[in-house]
Amino acid sequence: MQSKNHNNPPGVLPNFCHLGTSMRAIVAVEAGSLFAALAASPDLSSGLALFAERSMLIQPALLLTLLALCLAGSLLSRLAYASGLAALFLIATAVPSLASSLLNWLLPDSQILDPVQTAAFGATLAALLLIYFHLRGKALSPAVTEARLQALQARIRPHFLFNSLNAVLSLVRSDPRRAERALEDLSELFRALMRENRDLTTLKDEIELTRAYLGLEQLRLGERLTVVWHIDKMPPEALIPPLVIQPLVENAIYHGIEPSRQPGEVSLNIYRSGDAVHIVIRNPYAKDGSHHSGNKLALANIRERLALHFDLDATLKSQLMGAVYQVHITLPYTRAPKPTSSLAPAHRG
Amino acid sequence: LRLLIVDDEAPARRRLREVLDDCGENLALLVVGEADNGLDALDHVQREQPDAVLLDIRMPGMDGIEVAQHMQKLTRTPAVIFTTAYDSYACQAFEVNAVDYLMKPVRAERLVAALTKARHLNLAMLDALRQAHPKARTHLSLSEKGRLKLVPVDEVLYFKAELKYVTVKTAEHEYLLEESLVKLETEFGGQFLRIHRNCLVARSKIDQIGKTHGTEEAHYVRLHGLDEPLPVSRRQYSQIRELLR
Repeated sequence: MQSKNHNNPPGVLPNFCHLGTSMRAIVAVEAGSLFAALAASPDLSSGLALFAERSMLIQPALLLTLLALCLAGSLLSRLAYASGLAALFLIATAVPSLASSLLNWLLPDSQILDPVQTAAFGATLAALLLIYFHLRGKALSPAVTEARLQALQARIRPHFLFNSLNAVLSLVRSDPRRAERALEDLSELFRALMRENRDLTTLKDEIELTRAYLGLEQLRLGERLTVVWHIDKMPPEALIPPLVIQPLVENAIYHGIEPSRQPGEVSLNIYRSGDAVHIVIRNPYAKDGSHHSGNKLALANIRERLALHFDLDATLKSQLMGAVYQVHITLPYTRAPKPTSSLAPAHRG
Repeated sequence: LRLLIVDDEAPARRRLREVLDDCGENLALLVVGEADNGLDALDHVQREQPDAVLLDIRMPGMDGIEVAQHMQKLTRTPAVIFTTAYDSYACQAFEVNAVDYLMKPVRAERLVAALTKARHLNLAMLDALRQAHPKARTHLSLSEKGRLKLVPVDEVLYFKAELKYVTVKTAEHEYLLEESLVKLETEFGGQFLRIHRNCLVARSKIDQIGKTHGTEEAHYVRLHGLDEPLPVSRRQYSQIRELLR
């Protein structure tokens, strides 16, 4: 199967404001200094005593360093990963060293920490910790991505479900065959919605789903809704995240057709151009103020799902063009490695 | 019991008719009409004088709550039973205010129960429902010789507060409305702009803002379709400048 994600877990600097990150750093530093103290002492008890004495000085230096890293965090995160790492490394080396000089000056008769040694100690631990955080991030990211994809899974409006059920009920007596078809559409739609929609699906399947959905809307709205399809140049085998087109069409109807007293047209235009697949959905713009709010949320949801799958290679643009509202998605053309016989060959150009 | 069915979706109206047929054994019912939008509904209500209206809340243009608000101006107000497919906020408001409502799809038993105890609404109930469903009215209503007069808000040029009333001015007419300017401003704040302590003007109708030549510096607003300029108070002027930028 196509890899779920174009995003390699991106290099992100550890956030030292997070408790977990700081705790790990503290444990690592203490373990390091215990090891160093034991190595430098002839026996266990004097080693422990040395460790305790040093800890008194190491702890304030360490906390200062963590504080500095936390404060610098937002600044560092704006840098490129490599320069961010370098800056982080520098802070982790310089701050402990400065802090130990300061402590030596403040508490002249206690155990002395050599600033150079402290810097070396800080640098070594910083390097080890950064490698650790990097590996950990790599291991965790796909899980996080998956959880986010699940949370972002499109949901149908309850309003639509109950209105559809009501419409089906109205057909049971007068037109049982049409009622049957409507229930088939409804079950197809809900099967798709309840699936774990983490993998990419084909355009063909997504279009079928959208057609089932539109069948139900047509039943409710009758001549108020006209749907125009321009999909003869669509590559049916192209892969897209599931439930991208259907929710956008649902939006188009919810915002463009339902609030309007005039009949309206929703158009879908799907085509391939070079290495990109374009999906353009248009609906009349109803200036009725009653339901705006949901739209931005739905778009943000789809945008994020596109980003999780395709990173920066996919875009979603929405714009108002006079009396028409348009959503235009561009995503890289990819196809399943083993096309089944039912899939049509790819269109060229 | 004479009934009017109001719903923008044809299948929903058909379904209600079917279920009402089933209820016929238990209740003497007569469906006197159907409407697929709010304005038609108000027309039917005045013509057929039904005892009760089955009123869908979500409809394009004038929604069900607005229809009910306008019906309050009638001398003979029918009882109202709202219908809705799904609406968690509004349903709470219904429960709290003891307003009858039915969830679609509607069951025959529930429909009978609602019809037997169908109640009349009052303005306080409707205000509460409005809060659960915030939306500005599409029309203003006033009673004119027993008839309901509906003025589309889009046609209003300005509202002006008089002693007890608010004057509503359109290109052709002038009406008196028993509402407060403050309330109108809250409801139509998006469409209207306060230019004076006693005056709200339609933003889309503003033609120009000018300065009067005279001893004191003062400003005025000219509206499309209105000959005389309207005075702008000094206090509002700075805000208007900001807003219209």
